[in-house]
Amino acid sequence: MDYFLTEEQQMIKELAARIADEKIKPVAAELDEKEEFPWELMEVLAESDLFAVWVPEEYGGLGGGVFEQALVVEELSRACSGVAVSYAASGLGSFPILMFGSEAQKQQYMPDIANGKRLAAFALTEAGAGSDVSGITTTATLDGDEYVLNGTKQWITNGGEADIYTVIAVTDKTKGARGASAFIVEKGTPGLSFGKKEKKLGIRASSTTEVIFENCRIPKENRLGREGMGFIIAMKTFDKTRPGIGAQAVGIAQGALDEAVQYARQRVQFDQPISSFQGIQFMLADMATQVEAARALVYSVARLVDSGARDVSKAAAMAKLFASDVCMKVTVDAVQILGGYGYMREYPVEKMMRDAKITQIYEGTNQIQRSIIALELIKEAARKSK
Amino acid sequence: MHIVVCIKQVPDPSQARIDRETGMVIREGVDKITNPFDLYALEEALRLKEAQGGKVTALSMGPPAAAEVLRDAIAMGVDHGVLLSARGFAGADTLATSYTLAQAIRRLADVHLIICGKQAADGDTAQVGPGLAANLDIPHITQVRKIAQITKESLQVERLTDTGYEAIEVNLPAVITVVKEINEPRLPGLRGMMRAKKAEIQVWGPEEIDADETRIGLKGSPTQVWRTFEPEIHRKGEMLTGTPSEQAAALWERLRAL
Ligand SMILES: Cc1cc2nc3c(=O)[nH]c(=O)nc-3n(C[C@H](O)[C@H](O)[C@H](O)COP(=O)(O)OP(=O)(O)OC[C@H]3O[C@@H](n4cnc5c(N)ncnc54)[C@H](O)[C@@H]3O)c2cc1C
Repeated sequence: MDYFLTEEQQMIKELAARIADEKIKPVAAELDEKEEFPWELMEVLAESDLFAVWVPEEYGGLGGGVFEQALVVEELSRACSGVAVSYAASGLGSFPILMFGSEAQKQQYMPDIANGKRLAAFALTEAGAGSDVSGITTTATLDGDEYVLNGTKQWITNGGEADIYTVIAVTDKTKGARGASAFIVEKGTPGLSFGKKEKKLGIRASSTTEVIFENCRIPKENRLGREGMGFIIAMKTFDKTRPGIGAQAVGIAQGALDEAVQYARQRVQFDQPISSFQGIQFMLADMATQVEAARALVYSVARLVDSGARDVSKAAAMAKLFASDVCMKVTVDAVQILGGYGYMREYPVEKMMRDAKITQIYEGTNQIQRSIIALELIKEAARKSK
Repeated sequence: MHIVVCIKQVPDPSQARIDRETGMVIREGVDKITNPFDLYALEEALRLKEAQGGKVTALSMGPPAAAEVLRDAIAMGVDHGVLLSARGFAGADTLATSYTLAQAIRRLADVHLIICGKQAADGDTAQVGPGLAANLDIPHITQVRKIAQITKESLQVERLTDTGYEAIEVNLPAVITVVKEINEPRLPGLRGMMRAKKAEIQVWGPEEIDADETRIGLKGSPTQVWRTFEPEIHRKGEMLTGTPSEQAAALWERLRAL
């Protein structure tokens, strides 16, 4: 399929693909096994300017957006989505700054994120607040010229490894949905610490930790946007990043499909390659069609988001929902096509199947995506019938 | 410091095919890439530039399409690309190539160090680096695996040998050829790739480098390839038998005879 990429987008995609094939694929299984944060690969991505693709030129970037980032995430995910998500989480942590930061905040933080010198992270989830983000209890209390943060964030991607944390905390409990605000907290700030690294089913190269605030004092200027905008900032951020999760899902699925096709051509049973069996052929055909459909949706939505269109929540949710469901199905089928070999760690598809699952869970579970889509549908219909 | 790296566009060795009749490499329908060994030369030049300052020029002789490898070099961080391309250069063997490259380096002037890959993946002769030095009448060191120290006047390197390595110092300017143990070549960055796309590649013909017409291209190439083969190494092992003291005595006899 030709998605009519610009010359620059083609260049980005090809470079990311080259890094995926030459640098990531050879170490993916080992990173998974050792659950090691891929710092060397982060440096390769930094030197190749890939952290700059979604950052405007005035803040040290290359002036692309969600689409360019999606192209990179997709290619990296073909090889290892644990690496891809570590890269993508820097985008997740930086979109709040790009969208709601002051000129000074953008000038201060974005150039280092764009050149890959510092990673970013986004901290919203807590033990008691997953799908229901309004349940967060981490507080930020104004004390003179400083906010004092207290509480524990859970399952934060790039936790401990990132230098820049965008944190959502309650500033006024009485105001409910308008009672939270967003803050930038830098690693090294007294009172900020990290819990142990979680042991996970998949994306095991990535770091997932608690982020703990104990009387952590930050300057008042580190607040993003106005007080009370915390949840709005979070939701607007997800509108930008959910297509990226979709791209991650497309990449994993493509990687699994590629392995399945290769294997089916080589594996001989009943004196013929298994690719000659229609049962296998139809599975491959369905997998390929689903992956292409997911890619088409993700690309369209990423371009829509970049166009500056308003009300993209429904589309962003659809991209994430559809692609991640496809990813899960395709990776399960890939293991099936490889049979017992697919179940073994010597082959890459069992890892892809494990990695796939997270795309249905984080940045809002797929149930939550369906709720978002349905609510928008009902709202749109109500507006029309008025 | 001005470093010149000589690079060559070659058919991708991973797609290599040989014409059985002529014994020549088939170049049609095969992707063309930078000679893999030259990437180590480029990387080493870029590292020296990063550490010492200065500039790096990539130099190549080939058809107009060879400008691609110069653009790839610029994408990695090289400052300038110069392509030697003209009908008159075509059909050059290693003698003519060395002469032609040397003439271009003369024209570049103020060159401190010339780095080449160990050999080209298509011809595999490893002759152009030393030939270049002979033409320029400067020293050369082949098979460099490490640059230990460099100043404006001299260079200390480790040179890979069959049995280990040699530590050598030479005065600059000099030519070195590097082996793949020396570094790990970087990938290009997006900024570099974008700069490379817009970069102007200088193209020089015989006039620009003041070349003697009889020493370039087919005319300047006396080489005839008769046959290509891997030389056999004649090393013979011998097992000594008997009791340990018999073996020791036999060994002593052999050594004394040498
Ligand atoms: C590896 C990993 C990395 C993560 N990285 C980050 C990060 O960087 N930053 C961050 O802030 N968070 C992060 N998260 C948190 C992630 O976003 C949450 O796990 C996710 O939003 C779901 O919350 P939960 O796990 O508490 O599930 P719950 O909300 O407890 O949901 C449990 C189940 O109930 C369903 N459910 C809940 N509410 C409803 C409803 N209203 N209707 C229908 N079904 C419902 C869910 O769909 C799910 O199936 C990460 C999580 C993981 C596992």
